[in-house]
Amino acid sequence: MPVISYIDAVTLAMKEEMERDERVFVLGEDVGKKGGVFKATHGLYDQFGEERVIDTPLAESAIAGVGIGAAMYGMRPIAEMQFADFIMPAINQIISEAARIRYRSNNDWNCPMVIRAPYGGGVHGALYHSQSVEAIFANQPGLKIVMPSTPYDVKGLLKAAIRDDDPVLFFEHKRAYRLIKGEVPDEDYTLPIGKADVKRQGEDITVITYGLCVHFALQAAERLAKDGYSAHILDLRTIYPLDKEAIMEAASKTGKVLLLTEDNKEGSIMGEVSAIIAENCLFDLDAPIMRLAGPDIPAMPYAPTMEKYFMVNPDKVEKAMRELAEY
Amino acid sequence: MGIEKITMPQLGESVTEGTIEKWLVAPGDYVNKYDSIAEVNTDKVNAEVPSSFTGVIKELIGQEGDTLEVGEIICTIEVEGSTSSEAAGPISTEQNAASSAEKAVKVTADGQKARYSPAVLRLSQEHDIDLEQVTGSGKDGRITRKDLQKLIDSGNVPKAGFSAGEAPAGKPVQRTAPQKQQEPVSIPTAAGDIEIPVTGVRKAIAANMVKSLHEAPHAWTMIEVDVTNLVAYRDSIKTEFKQNEGFNLTYFAFFVKAVSQALKEFPQMNSMWAGDKIIQKKAINISIAVATEDALFVPVIKNADEKTIKGIGRQIHELAQKVRTGKLRSEDMQGGTFTVNNTGSFGSVQSMGIINHPQAAILQVESIVKRPVIIDGMIGIRDMVNLCLSLDHRVLDGLVCGRFLQRVKEILENSSKENSSLY
Repeated sequence: MPVISYIDAVTLAMKEEMERDERVFVLGEDVGKKGGVFKATHGLYDQFGEERVIDTPLAESAIAGVGIGAAMYGMRPIAEMQFADFIMPAINQIISEAARIRYRSNNDWNCPMVIRAPYGGGVHGALYHSQSVEAIFANQPGLKIVMPSTPYDVKGLLKAAIRDDDPVLFFEHKRAYRLIKGEVPDEDYTLPIGKADVKRQGEDITVITYGLCVHFALQAAERLAKDGYSAHILDLRTIYPLDKEAIMEAASKTGKVLLLTEDNKEGSIMGEVSAIIAENCLFDLDAPIMRLAGPDIPAMPYAPTMEKYFMVNPDKVEKAMRELAEY
Repeated sequence: MGIEKITMPQLGESVTEGTIEKWLVAPGDYVNKYDSIAEVNTDKVNAEVPSSFTGVIKELIGQEGDTLEVGEIICTIEVEGSTSSEAAGPISTEQNAASSAEKAVKVTADGQKARYSPAVLRLSQEHDIDLEQVTGSGKDGRITRKDLQKLIDSGNVPKAGFSAGEAPAGKPVQRTAPQKQQEPVSIPTAAGDIEIPVTGVRKAIAANMVKSLHEAPHAWTMIEVDVTNLVAYRDSIKTEFKQNEGFNLTYFAFFVKAVSQALKEFPQMNSMWAGDKIIQKKAINISIAVATEDALFVPVIKNADEKTIKGIGRQIHELAQKVRTGKLRSEDMQGGTFTVNNTGSFGSVQSMGIINHPQAAILQVESIVKRPVIIDGMIGIRDMVNLCLSLDHRVLDGLVCGRFLQRVKEILENSSKENSSLY
């Protein structure tokens, strides 16, 4: 199997879907000739032309709105927000229109649109280029939020998102783009949205996380393994709606749970995960549910030292995991 | 002189690695700070890497064509007047912060041995584990879920001192006096006296006896039963029975059967005191006392009223077997509603039983002895047995007990081949 990077998996998924289904098209800022600021749409303009790879004005509300309209008319738009931080002007379109149209029209209309957006820090991007915005959308029924961690999951889940009949927010960690590489099959496959995935089997502690933090947890788990502690790692993959069964199973397996996110701690998706565990797994718990997350300040500082302070990293994860293992 | 390291710089927002295209310096070259030392290309840009120091290039670690992660060392440089940069300053403050945080955790975590997590409590209850006897491997001696799982998997579970009676159903009446009995009492000892430590089973027996005697006002009554027919009947079939079934047909099985039958007719006897109410138990589960050399166990024959004499006999046999081989499980001793005690087995002709808490009564079956008895104005030699009943006077009065005993007597005296089927 070829080993490709996370961002190449994004490009590959879009390319294959555009070849498969001519209703699929891409729109966003600089996605055309330039191929996107991160090169996620690299080559698509040359292959599919300007009618299917559309450069838009710098107006996120319009990108979302055009996408919603096209989707309701039967197209399969993939709208790119250049940075997740820029999604704010489009929130009314996404929440009030895309997420609600099926319910509001009593199933007459639906909105099969994907909105892709790179999120997350650790790339020296400061405010507006580093934030995690998923929690804003994570209590909006009608939306699905996918946040994959590996190139394999990226391809399978992005294809599933494009084929989904309802709007899907697809958040890609921008630091993972070129940092994370992995095996990705050439052939066509999809992965189920709404299903978490065990990335590592273990007996002593459970780490539940998503996105880039999955890799931090895996690295830390390797270090802990040398001291005889084995960590069970669950990758949520879809953070809304959550895979409750998988969360309960993973938490009950060891009774010691660390919830890991790069987002600000208070109000993050991990609060919900914690509630699911508390509601269902009390008599399996062997330690207080523990969270490791960003501090409750706007993400994130520009100064490298401060960025490092803000970001979750393998060292911090290892420390938290060890504390829990020894508890 | 000191050695400094130059690392792969981050040459763009999403760039995580760079490829050394060409070295612009060689080992031994003198470079000024900010002089270009190498050409590097990444996904996004081609750039020259400036030297971070002034000094002499010591070693080129990355080779041309190598792709290195951001932060990896590409070369080392010998710098004048500097000592090694290994011990960087700012880290120590971070460590201070970390260690003070750890201290805070320690303070709250003191004495974790007796603080049980929900999982630990659940497991200890499900498997009847005495947590006092478990050594914890967690922080500050805390008992972890894994500690218990290991014990359970190994099958070597430290049990709490078992209790002879059933745990009270519903709202138990709790009084505190029994505790006092377990405090050491100062008794003068002389040479040759043996001290036997009171542990486990003995302790549980002591506590239960005191509890029962303290709580339940005991009353006592006895009747005589003529079991001549029963003896004749049993003698006539015991050899054949042993051959067919493989275990002895004891008198005790007949007594338990008779009591179960009578209990069905007098359900008041099959009840328990629960403080503000009396609970009449539906199931008739007969506790039987089985003694070993140094302890007394009270296993239970469940739903004795639904069993035949043979069925009861078999269960008595099996339970006694389990007690003697130490295989009795705690569930074998749970759920009893009335106790029948075979005191006759060691020759007793009269005894005052202590009620098996929280049951309402206990029946002692004494020895069967031949005695001269007057029947219809004539003296005959009959097989006689005394049945002694202790009752909890809160629950029961003499009248109902008397009727119950009369019924038991009636059943036993009419036992014969025709009336009492074994099967």
